[in-house]
Amino acid sequence: MTEIFGVPVAVILGQLMLGLVNGSFYAMLSLGLAVIFGLMGVVNFAHGAFYALGAFAALLSLQHLGINYWAALVLSPLLIGLLGIASERLLLRHIYQLEPLYGLLLTFGMALVIEGLLHQYFGASGQSYPVPSALRGVFNLGFMILPIYRAWVILVSMVVCFSVWYIIECTRLGGTLRAATENAPLLQAFGVNVPLLVAVTYGGGVALAALAGVLSAPVILVSPQMGSSLVIVVFAVVVIGGMGSILGAVVSGLSLGVIEGFTKVIYPEASNIVVFLIMALVLIVRPAGLFGKE
Amino acid sequence: MKSLKSVWAAAALVMAALGPAPAAFAAADEVVIGDIDDFSGTYADVGGNGAVEAIHMAIADFGGTVLGKKITVLTADHQNKPDIGASKFREWADQSGLTALLGGSNTGVSIAMAKVAATKKIPFFAIGAGGSSLTNEDCTAYTVHYAYDTTALANGTATTVVQNGGKSWFFLTADYAFGTQLQTAASKVVEANGGKTLGAVRVPLGASDFSSFLLQAQGSGAQVLALANAGEDFSNSLKAANEFGITKKMKPAALLTFITNIDSLGLATAQGLYLTDGFYWDLNDDTRAFSKRFFEKIKKEPTMDDGGYYSATLTYLKAVKAVGSTDADKVMAELKKTKINDMFAKGGYIRADGVMVHDMYVMQVKSPQESKYPWDYYRLLRVMKGEEAFGPITGLCSLAPK
Repeated sequence: MTEIFGVPVAVILGQLMLGLVNGSFYAMLSLGLAVIFGLMGVVNFAHGAFYALGAFAALLSLQHLGINYWAALVLSPLLIGLLGIASERLLLRHIYQLEPLYGLLLTFGMALVIEGLLHQYFGASGQSYPVPSALRGVFNLGFMILPIYRAWVILVSMVVCFSVWYIIECTRLGGTLRAATENAPLLQAFGVNVPLLVAVTYGGGVALAALAGVLSAPVILVSPQMGSSLVIVVFAVVVIGGMGSILGAVVSGLSLGVIEGFTKVIYPEASNIVVFLIMALVLIVRPAGLFGKE
Repeated sequence: MKSLKSVWAAAALVMAALGPAPAAFAAADEVVIGDIDDFSGTYADVGGNGAVEAIHMAIADFGGTVLGKKITVLTADHQNKPDIGASKFREWADQSGLTALLGGSNTGVSIAMAKVAATKKIPFFAIGAGGSSLTNEDCTAYTVHYAYDTTALANGTATTVVQNGGKSWFFLTADYAFGTQLQTAASKVVEANGGKTLGAVRVPLGASDFSSFLLQAQGSGAQVLALANAGEDFSNSLKAANEFGITKKMKPAALLTFITNIDSLGLATAQGLYLTDGFYWDLNDDTRAFSKRFFEKIKKEPTMDDGGYYSATLTYLKAVKAVGSTDADKVMAELKKTKINDMFAKGGYIRADGVMVHDMYVMQVKSPQESKYPWDYYRLLRVMKGEEAFGPITGLCSLAPK
């Protein structure tokens, strides 16, 4: 078999594919964070908790209301997004005048409360969410077996990431949102309801986290701590991409997923720190991140 | 000026470390049992609140008091951090009149707490930590290792799988003390039985995705996929192995599984899995009676850790009663010479190195069709005698020469 640096090509292709799957999750989560930071200046530490809530909403609605995966894919982000809007109106809006540090602390506190409550009611072991029947089975790609569900994750992530980028960069709504970050009082003078815009933005970012949660539910156990381990990596991804840069979040999310995948083959022990090593390097060379504005 | 400041700072630190004078000692007519465990992390469902309930059940069954003294239970969350566990233990020893500590769910934390047990001279029952180093390199005169250890797990599962034809092994190992000790123990057993280890991959604790590692396992061509991990890592790696169709070609062997993990995964995913357990709720009338009471409070069946907590509490109280005091040295001497007979262990005993030797059970997970009632998850394949499970004394612990 053909080899590159002693590693068979089939293995490299396989890991590339798996890296893309993991990168899709990173991209979707960091996208939500980037939207929230870029438009509101809030470092949303509760993102992992909303991701877990999204997965739990799907699980509980299946168990108690019989709502299937496809409906949950829409309903769960909607519900958690509304919860996000409520938390913005009740809590976050009071700290906009303060330093960014306060937003970080407040959202970190929210994350602890949400995870603690989930832990209290559902325990730590986690529960299984079945793979929807239409997406069961595997593709045989020749060089690897790819479960259909994982391919679906890549597809959804690509569509969502592109849509969000398009909305923010190319539509009138996106233009208004960006104007709100540049000069909110002026925009308000034009008759735009800026506080509502901000609340909806936060809700949208949170809904993205919840969507990632629903997507991951059939892949890993749904448990209260599922978000806290992921959110730290995702923050590193956002920093590497450039805080607030949508394109940066997506590109660095996908590429770091792939780099992490290769690390798992070459030196598995380092696979959980490679992202942070790259973050440190990027911060030294380009402190604003790869796609950030200096 | 600056140096004066740092002197003051150092003084303040020292004073904080020393803590208030030990005037706050609990009344001498109390027996204080502490429990330092994972109450909020990935192992919280294995022990945690269930284990606390088991302690209270043991105290109730013992009669509520010992030597006419009240029995107090203290609990604390070590958050899987060795420094937190050790400092809480020290605090209770200095300020709360602690007479015995139960704790565990994490080998790293337990090793740190065993060191405190040795300096404070307080009996420490390690329950739920796997690492057999607790009774070897890291042994102390005050440590008792209850419920199970990595040696017993390897002896049970690895022997059974090799005897059933699984000759070549690939390990998916959690990259910390517990995982590596488990892998070492299991590969020794595999080789002793005529099998061989084809490779291993060390996976960082709490990895978000296991598929890359599993693909490497598959590439090795080994017959057995050995999961030397625990808790959520175990569940997620087995789930992914199923998803990628790896379990069709490789036989998975769980080196540490608790019944709560099987409950999370569901039988459809876990069926056929070989595992070793120190306790099963549906083993006999005694275990069923205990489990029924436990279930009413906790709403799930007890794990081997819950059973171990119950048994250890009872064993400790019996020893205190027998020697007529809570004096650590007298209690330890008594513990090491009496047989343990309760719903958890029959004819168990505590060896010189601190291992609580008792029978272990090799189990296989039932298929959904075989399971007849809720929590009917395991088929008993073999009862492994304590001596076989925990193996001979290694001589690594200075208290127990070979």
